Amino acid sequence: MTVAPETLEPIHVEIPKRFTVRDFPYWLAAIVLFIVGMMVLIAVGPEYRKSFDFVKLGIGFTLYTTALAFVISVIVGLFAALARMSRSVVARNIATFYIEFIRGVPMIVLLITFALVLVPDALAFVGVDKRFFDITHRGIIALAAVYGAFLAEVFRAGIESIPLGQTEAARSLGMTQRHTLRHIVLPQAIRNILPALGNDFIALLKDSALLSILAIREMTQMAKLYTGRSFRFTETYLVLVFFYLTGTLILSLLVQWYGRRIGTVAGSAKTVAAATGGAEPT
Amino acid sequence: MTGRAHSRSAALISIRGLHKYFGEIQAVKNVNLEVRRGEVVVIVGPSGSGKSTVLRCINHLEEPTAGVVEIEGEMLGDDDVDINEVRAEVGMVFQQFNLFPHLTVLENVTIAQKLVRKREKRESIEIAMTQLRRVGIPEKADSYPHQLSGGQQQRVAIARSLAMNPKIMLFDEPTSALDPEMIKEVLDVMLQLAREGMTMVVVTHEMGFARAAANRVVFMDEGQVVEIAPPDQLFSHPQHERTKLFLSQILAH
Repeated sequence: MTVAPETLEPIHVEIPKRFTVRDFPYWLAAIVLFIVGMMVLIAVGPEYRKSFDFVKLGIGFTLYTTALAFVISVIVGLFAALARMSRSVVARNIATFYIEFIRGVPMIVLLITFALVLVPDALAFVGVDKRFFDITHRGIIALAAVYGAFLAEVFRAGIESIPLGQTEAARSLGMTQRHTLRHIVLPQAIRNILPALGNDFIALLKDSALLSILAIREMTQMAKLYTGRSFRFTETYLVLVFFYLTGTLILSLLVQWYGRRIGTVAGSAKTVAAATGGAEPT
Repeated sequence: MTGRAHSRSAALISIRGLHKYFGEIQAVKNVNLEVRRGEVVVIVGPSGSGKSTVLRCINHLEEPTAGVVEIEGEMLGDDDVDINEVRAEVGMVFQQFNLFPHLTVLENVTIAQKLVRKREKRESIEIAMTQLRRVGIPEKADSYPHQLSGGQQQRVAIARSLAMNPKIMLFDEPTSALDPEMIKEVLDVMLQLAREGMTMVVVTHEMGFARAAANRVVFMDEGQVVEIAPPDQLFSHPQHERTKLFLSQILAH
């Protein structure tokens, strides 16, 4: 018996058509079960209900700080990425300094330093009353500065993933560097990195809890305040977990859904390979 | 400024003393070439002979290490010459098509018209449709590039360049990435362009095209121009040993 003819056989990759017992997302069911269980406890348990009512007062601040910090960090991240890829030695070094500086310091230390020292000092330096930015907005600036450095690397990866031929084609038609970036490279790059941006938005939502150390009245701070006076630690922190988990679960399902959607629209060889690669028989 | 009137001769493209290094490697050595208005010049040679680099230096996608490229007497790299204005007059077609995948075929053909030529939307669409009819696929205007075959994509890429009304068209191995059955549809478009009097510089391995369309064929090897001659003469009576060797290798099969 020889081995050679077998290698000539076409390779059939079986793609399972229906869910099997092994494929069922039990982890997701467990998380949903936890969320539903918490809803029941909040509905019927008076102590859970009181914790819920208090912590929920922080939702507004959590969403506001997350959203504003994200918008700022996207803008900062984009410009830092462009500066890092720039031909200018000065721009490249400033951007790299910023990114590496941020990456080398724990986030909680950066938040304290930015909000309590750097932003007020910077305001004093330019002669503006430090109350111009309240503690909430100093916290937002701090979060945005940290995430701007993270997103700079995401944008850079996205821009570098666009083949050089795209730029060459645009420039050969007489388009300026700015036009090429804005109309050819960035639209494609941003579409590629949207799932990564979505995941960073989720991470930012979770990291907004760190603002509680600045006494900003977002959800975590509200939970701390409530336990300090009611001593209902179990109820309050389970409710807090419930809030974050519900939010991040919904967002991550949205990101996954979007990722699959652009995967099918693009129909590139890469996505097809990734899709079939996951189904290799064992 | 006085030198410009002098150099505004019959040559549309003038390359003088062109050298190009990539790091330590010298890709192009002292290339001199003039292309007259309406002329079709085909550059052939083994891979790595520097022919694509010469082509890419013509519109400064590659900056020459030394030497001069002039388009209509305008010296590229001069402070008072806007490279973007020059490139708008010099169309380029790439081996890998390089269509913009996030734009429809029509948008691919109109975007530079709008941004560079500052044409109104309606005018740019009319011109785009004229060019798409010229390359034979007006019905694909609303498709996306990935819905097209390689041959169709390359024809759209040609239409995209032609829509700028260029004075010169550069082709960088336009059929090398195509399946064999699609090569003819692209070459037919190029042949028609040549017959209509377009000034063309073409890097290709398609000797049939060179015979049919070229006024002159340039043979390059190891970064240098070895021989320039009309196609009949170059293919039938090559003067240099290296040309003979190259032709025997590619015409043997």
